[in-house]
Amino acid sequence: MMVKHWRKTLEAICIPIGALLVALVLFGGFCAIAGANPFGVYSSIYRAAFGTWSSFQNTLIRAAPLMLSSLCTALPARLGLVIIGNEGAIVIGGLSAVAVGLFLDGSAPTIVQIGMALGGIVAGGLWIALVGALRHYRAVNETISSLLLNYIAIAILNQLVSGVMRDPSSLNKPSTYPIGMASMLGTLPGTRVHYGLLFGIVACGLAYLLIQRTTFGFAARIAGGNLRAARIAGLPVGKLTMAICFLGGACAGLAGMVEVAAVHGRANESLNANYGYGGVLVAFVARHNPLAAVLVSVLLGGILASSGILQRSHNLPDATALVFQGLVFLVVLYSESLYGKFEMFKERSAIAPSVA
Amino acid sequence: MTHRQAFYLSRRQVMRGLLAASALGVAKFGAGCTSVNSNATGGKGEPLTVGFIYVGPKDDYGYSQAHALGAAAIAKIPGIRVVEEANVAETNAVQETMRSMINLDGATVIFPTSFGYFDPHVLAVAKEFPKVQFFHAGGLYQEGVHPNNVGSYFGYIDEAQYIAGIVAGHATQSNKLGFVAAKPIPQVLRNINSFTLGARSVNPTVKTQVIFTGEWSEPVKEAETTNSMADQGVDVVTCHVDSPKVIMETAEKRGIYCSGYHADQASLAPKGYLTGAEWDWSSIYTQYAQELLADKTLMDDSIPHLLRGGLSSQFCKLSPYGAAVTAKAKADAEAAKQRLLSNEVAIYKGEIKDNTGKVQIQAQQEMKQQAIELEKMNWLVEGVDGKVTG
Repeated sequence: MMVKHWRKTLEAICIPIGALLVALVLFGGFCAIAGANPFGVYSSIYRAAFGTWSSFQNTLIRAAPLMLSSLCTALPARLGLVIIGNEGAIVIGGLSAVAVGLFLDGSAPTIVQIGMALGGIVAGGLWIALVGALRHYRAVNETISSLLLNYIAIAILNQLVSGVMRDPSSLNKPSTYPIGMASMLGTLPGTRVHYGLLFGIVACGLAYLLIQRTTFGFAARIAGGNLRAARIAGLPVGKLTMAICFLGGACAGLAGMVEVAAVHGRANESLNANYGYGGVLVAFVARHNPLAAVLVSVLLGGILASSGILQRSHNLPDATALVFQGLVFLVVLYSESLYGKFEMFKERSAIAPSVA
Repeated sequence: MTHRQAFYLSRRQVMRGLLAASALGVAKFGAGCTSVNSNATGGKGEPLTVGFIYVGPKDDYGYSQAHALGAAAIAKIPGIRVVEEANVAETNAVQETMRSMINLDGATVIFPTSFGYFDPHVLAVAKEFPKVQFFHAGGLYQEGVHPNNVGSYFGYIDEAQYIAGIVAGHATQSNKLGFVAAKPIPQVLRNINSFTLGARSVNPTVKTQVIFTGEWSEPVKEAETTNSMADQGVDVVTCHVDSPKVIMETAEKRGIYCSGYHADQASLAPKGYLTGAEWDWSSIYTQYAQELLADKTLMDDSIPHLLRGGLSSQFCKLSPYGAAVTAKAKADAEAAKQRLLSNEVAIYKGEIKDNTGKVQIQAQQEMKQQAIELEKMNWLVEGVDGKVTG
């Protein structure tokens, strides 16, 4: 048993790292074709993403919203649901957070911040719970409905921001009234990284414990593995679906709150900044494991952080970072099919008796 | 299946990549990574490093390309080194880009060219680096409110739209013009109104149909809108979106005329391109570059914090007239241009009614380009088919 476990773990570590190396080589080829020295590019990426404390902070700033956003896909995935409504939940969470923040205007900053966080969590949660409800009660495909809800969320954002919630002084970039400097979330001590990073890491840790170490998580995994068996075993599949969708949406909603409270100070079109789709990628590459999502977010954050240096130091086009990102994800997803294909990672105990 | 395909593609690429990588690695060994478009330093030792940040791609045939052309113009000036980054979102990503340009590239002047970069991003970084100068495209600077190392500039490009409107008013056969617009905000409304006023000044029966897409960059909707306009008999389209590319291409495909915006799109529609309202950032950036090279700064107020202007201060210009523009249209357009250049007439001269019949500018009243009321425009002029609320 122990031996099997050890080899499985090694496989789970080696395959993603191998995939990453292959992606790097492929990307090097792309850079060479585009006329840049691949080794120079590698060293620049490292320098811009992880090389110094200052550049690593750049990476962490970009990774923070991805962690929370990825849980919106990763948690429901444990129940067998493919949800890509992260962008919508972020937008709705941010809008709700602003609404609560403006409503509580004048209260102590801590009260405003807690209110905003709850506003974001509840609104984002309900948004994705709606997807779960449509799935469970009306058998609507959750992938399609969550995707379409993204567009509805963005339309609601545009409508409210240029209508009833508009600050009349925001002429050419319609925005809500600002929540005020005093109510803004600060940065982690000694850094320029906002508290969203801490929220993301804590949320991913909690999500891991919830899924792997609680009866609720166990029930969810059973239902995800075999819905019928779960029903026969008497598990409340409907409640599980709603609860896990709510939790996933709540995390994305919190990401929206962080964008408002730590970055923009108000809600406007910038709330819709593709962190949702980034989160979907992170969740898939992390194989819906919340702890792996933290690492993958940092990796993707690093790729995004290096985009500038690729343009400025190597004269590569602005889409280069996207090519790199695409290659990494393509190769990592492909590598999924390699699990169990390598002899050295196969459990020996099963073979040993037949030989003997 | 897709996995297999991806694999085979990858393998070929691995080989090609490896070969190319090793070849280049040998060829460029030790060359490092110093291929920034640096120019010969002028009389002084260190070149002035200027960072440009764009919200879209540099070749979008639109907003970002217009700025990138301006950057390319000053990159030729001795003593100036330009570093650029495109596709930077209006989030804390732009703050990181500015910090990185300052810390890694040694930039001392930054041009964040998208409107939405200003508050809170430019303001936050400007406070952090009081010795670096920030010139933001948007005209949002407020004395006493914003840090004194921040400057802001913007142009009254609606003057060029007015002239493009005159050309469109001459070209149309159906008397129906189309305007594909992103959002019903003052800047956009002003362009729609000026374009329509220009067209109706030579052809009072003209109507402009406006459709708001809701987003700055929404190519699919923009193409659909252009098509539906063509279906309804519109025979000249213009726009105010980030990248007019698909609108011009669609118009050309449908055999109708088009009038450009932001940059020159003549190459996209060789038959139907009439003219266009273009930014002339090379002239503005050259002006800034010369002031900076003369050691003028925002901090000691030797460079003005707010710079605004229209055709006469070379903030904007018109694309060269296309083949379809008649001599009469050219004559009218040039005459109007001369009047605007001499600043003797205003576009917004009463009486002007909006499209609900309400008088917005009284008879005898004249609003010059700098008039603050025009900055807050929230109405569409008589002759426009459409509503501000979208």
